[in-house]
Amino acid sequence: MQGLELKLKKRVQELLDNGTIDAVIAWTKGDFVYDTTPAIFTKESGLDGFVYNSFCGANLSKYLVSQIVSDKKFAVILKPCDTYSMNQLITEHRVNRENIYIIGVGCSGHLDIEKIKNQGISGVTSVIDKDNNILINSIYGDATIEKASVLLSKCQSCKGSELKIADEVIGEGLETPKCDSRFDGVKQLEAMTAEQRFAFWKAELSKCIRCNACRNICPACTCRTCVFDNARSNVTAKANATEFEEKMFHIIRAFHVAGRCTDCGECSRVCPQGIPLHLLNRKFIKDINEFYGDYQAGEVAEQRNPLVNFTESDIEATVISDKEGK
Amino acid sequence: MLKIGVFVCWCGSNIAATVDVKQVVEAVKLQQGVVFATDYQYMCSEAGQLIMRNAIEEHKLDGVVICSCSPRMHEATFRKNAERAGLNPFMVEIANIREHCSWIHKNVEEATIKAIALANAAIAKVKLNAPLISGESQVTKRALVIGGGIAGIQTALDIAEAGFQVDIVEKSPTIGGNMAKLDKTFPTLDCAACILTPKMVEAAANPNIELLTYSEVEKVSGFVGNFKATIRKKARFVNTDLCTGCGDCMSKCPSKKGKNDFNCGLNNRPAIYIPFAQAIPNVAVIDPVQCIKITKDKCGLCQTVCSAKAIDYKQQDKVIEREYGAIVAATGYKPIKLDKFDEYSYSQSKDVITSLELERLMNAAGPTGGKLVKPSDGSHPHSITFIQCVGSRDISGRGKCYCSKICCMYTAKHAMLIRDKYPDINVNVFYIDVRTPGKNYDEFYRRAVEEYNVNYIKGQVGKVYESDGHLVLQASDLLNNEQILVNSDMVVLATAIEPDESAKKVASMLTASIDTNNFLTEAHAKLRPVESPTAGIFLSGVCQGPKDIPETVSQASACAAKVIGLLNKNKLVTNPCVAHSDELLCNGCSNCANVCPYGAISYETKLINDHGIRENRRVASVNPALCQGCGACTVACPSGAMDLFGFSNSQIMAEVEAICKK
Repeated sequence: MQGLELKLKKRVQELLDNGTIDAVIAWTKGDFVYDTTPAIFTKESGLDGFVYNSFCGANLSKYLVSQIVSDKKFAVILKPCDTYSMNQLITEHRVNRENIYIIGVGCSGHLDIEKIKNQGISGVTSVIDKDNNILINSIYGDATIEKASVLLSKCQSCKGSELKIADEVIGEGLETPKCDSRFDGVKQLEAMTAEQRFAFWKAELSKCIRCNACRNICPACTCRTCVFDNARSNVTAKANATEFEEKMFHIIRAFHVAGRCTDCGECSRVCPQGIPLHLLNRKFIKDINEFYGDYQAGEVAEQRNPLVNFTESDIEATVISDKEGK
Repeated sequence: MLKIGVFVCWCGSNIAATVDVKQVVEAVKLQQGVVFATDYQYMCSEAGQLIMRNAIEEHKLDGVVICSCSPRMHEATFRKNAERAGLNPFMVEIANIREHCSWIHKNVEEATIKAIALANAAIAKVKLNAPLISGESQVTKRALVIGGGIAGIQTALDIAEAGFQVDIVEKSPTIGGNMAKLDKTFPTLDCAACILTPKMVEAAANPNIELLTYSEVEKVSGFVGNFKATIRKKARFVNTDLCTGCGDCMSKCPSKKGKNDFNCGLNNRPAIYIPFAQAIPNVAVIDPVQCIKITKDKCGLCQTVCSAKAIDYKQQDKVIEREYGAIVAATGYKPIKLDKFDEYSYSQSKDVITSLELERLMNAAGPTGGKLVKPSDGSHPHSITFIQCVGSRDISGRGKCYCSKICCMYTAKHAMLIRDKYPDINVNVFYIDVRTPGKNYDEFYRRAVEEYNVNYIKGQVGKVYESDGHLVLQASDLLNNEQILVNSDMVVLATAIEPDESAKKVASMLTASIDTNNFLTEAHAKLRPVESPTAGIFLSGVCQGPKDIPETVSQASACAAKVIGLLNKNKLVTNPCVAHSDELLCNGCSNCANVCPYGAISYETKLINDHGIRENRRVASVNPALCQGCGACTVACPSGAMDLFGFSNSQIMAEVEAICKK
């Protein structure tokens, strides 16, 4: 990973120097090795603090939305799964492709520091990949643990090592250890009775503190003015006043991103309360796959999602109700 | 503060018997802004409308809520009435307390609570209504008729007679449809060809009618008065201008194994063929799958023998675009497939046939020259048994739940014609009920029983099987309460009819609705039976529901009258309830343009001043002339930038809130 960071840094510096780009969206170091933050580096600011390591799980594609009116040229470093979001943003005209230079980076899964801590390891100073294991150096000593057990949840159902869009690629694509099948969690929910399911979501969503992290990180949530911030929408609220509002926020959000969500998993990754929000989106994805045939948002740019398309082979409403056993 | 008036209609006892209208009046009076509320027996009557007009003038009402039947019934009536009293017609809202309430509830207390909730929702909505002004649009003075059977022909002839241009698009190589296959027609027994072929000729000769046979409509866009259709003229491989219809090619064609669809597959036809002798246009067509010149580049005999030099193996499909003011669906029917009805041995025995096949066997122009013989060996049958309701009125789920309507009469006709021509043939008919309403229909059926001694047996057939060279029917005789075995040389199945397979595609192209059986739905079962709920789309013939020929022809003419009424107008009033986009909220994502069925939304990049920030943004704009106000864009828009005049997001939310408020 260290080698990859150096390669990336060298290349980005080159691009800044030769004027191909004006700035790059990447990650910057924090106080700890696992403490990386998305950051914009320019020629003026230099690449001090530039980092790429096993903890750079954040999806950087959304940061380009705010640059759509800028005439500056931005490079962005995208992992394979992030490229789906980029395609989706291009499809929805939310980024200006002409001003974007995409550096695709090989990936073998990123780590969740909380999961490492939960295994009793703290004071992590560095992490080295070793096949299916990782070697962790900490101020308290070294430890080798199974990589799959400490992957970010979104990496546990990795969409694969293929970069869907890139202007150049640095670092080869590696296999991320597969842990679960993408829809296992949804299937478990489907197996519940309606009452059990309601109780599950009621318990999960009651944890919501309306910090809006899920919305703000989501590459599909790019509205200029979100309905929750629009006084005329009748759904504005800064904090959940009632049990109903807890659910309403997440249900509306799930509907708004339905068919557009690439399943990047950022919503669950950033939730400080640990709500498995990606399950709501995956239920939609699973239904869309079953009703309209397999569909992956962001697979290519400019594709039309089944919810805003019509074909004669579309499932009939009656068939849907039969399927639901109604 | 707006001044709202509420008018609660009894609809005779339709509403008043289930909803306590007085209680509704008292309840709505408590709503903020309601300054007047009353009830009346028939709000839609002139007296009722006068009450409304007087109240608007006397109380200076700004908005009106009518609690009555569905807005599909009388919204236009009440809007016009408001206009007469000087109120903008779009300041009228309807609370549907009939279809949505009194008709579907029994308990008066519950229905009254619901009626009050619906009234309150309409009051909440009307407070957010804004006066709207209708625009105008042009009318293209040309009609498109999809389907060239008797329904389509009659509709086209009537429209053409009124002086308007009509195109008939027929998917098969000739017009005529199913009726052209029939032998004689009830109740007068004149031959189908004698009454249909002159109409076919008339359609071909009429200067206002253009026949586009062997063609299919691929795409329709636009709206009432201004449709645009893409039509594919399939390659015939024969130049229709040169072909004289002499038929030399047919006799020389070596590939004679094609299924003759016109004769229901009872015999074969060559790869190059004219569907039947009276076909219009009377020109040949090559089946490209069967023709060995086209598939293997061998043969080419037809080109050699054609003295008119009409054969063109290189002919390609041609796609044309035309504009129309009105479109008529006349897609007709077909008999259902019998693969789920194995008990009748249709697939096992050649002597078990459908009624339509019998028509061909009895037709002078049919495969046997009109001589009724057993299809298995060509011998003369001595007994024929008819089975009614094969797939009709079906409760097993294998067939259709509805009555196909034509079978009782055509079976009586078949039975009578057979007994008349071959008195030695014994004819049985198994039936559930004999249904023969209609002018001279019951008399016709009674003649079959009384004069022609056709043996009608009430009961269903459970099984048909072959034994010793004849067919045996195992059946029940309900009137004698016994199980019987009947021997018969031939069995004729009165097969249920269903909409042609093209109906579904046509309906979705036209955004016309279909029912669960794929019949196109009329705008109102009683009052608007030949119009589809989509403006400018009309229904002719069996595509709307089972009909016999007299009914089809009258409906076809009724449909034509409606089309003429539309085409006769120079301008149409457009619906002002159209979508509009808030440019400050628009993300430019194209979701709305993707879902718009009318192509009314386009995107442009323009300079937007967003609270002092000036920047170029990609934003949606709606063409109000194309927008039909369906609202698909408003729900597809994630930011709420798209909104609909008359049905704004805030109005819908206000309605929901009023209903949910306890």
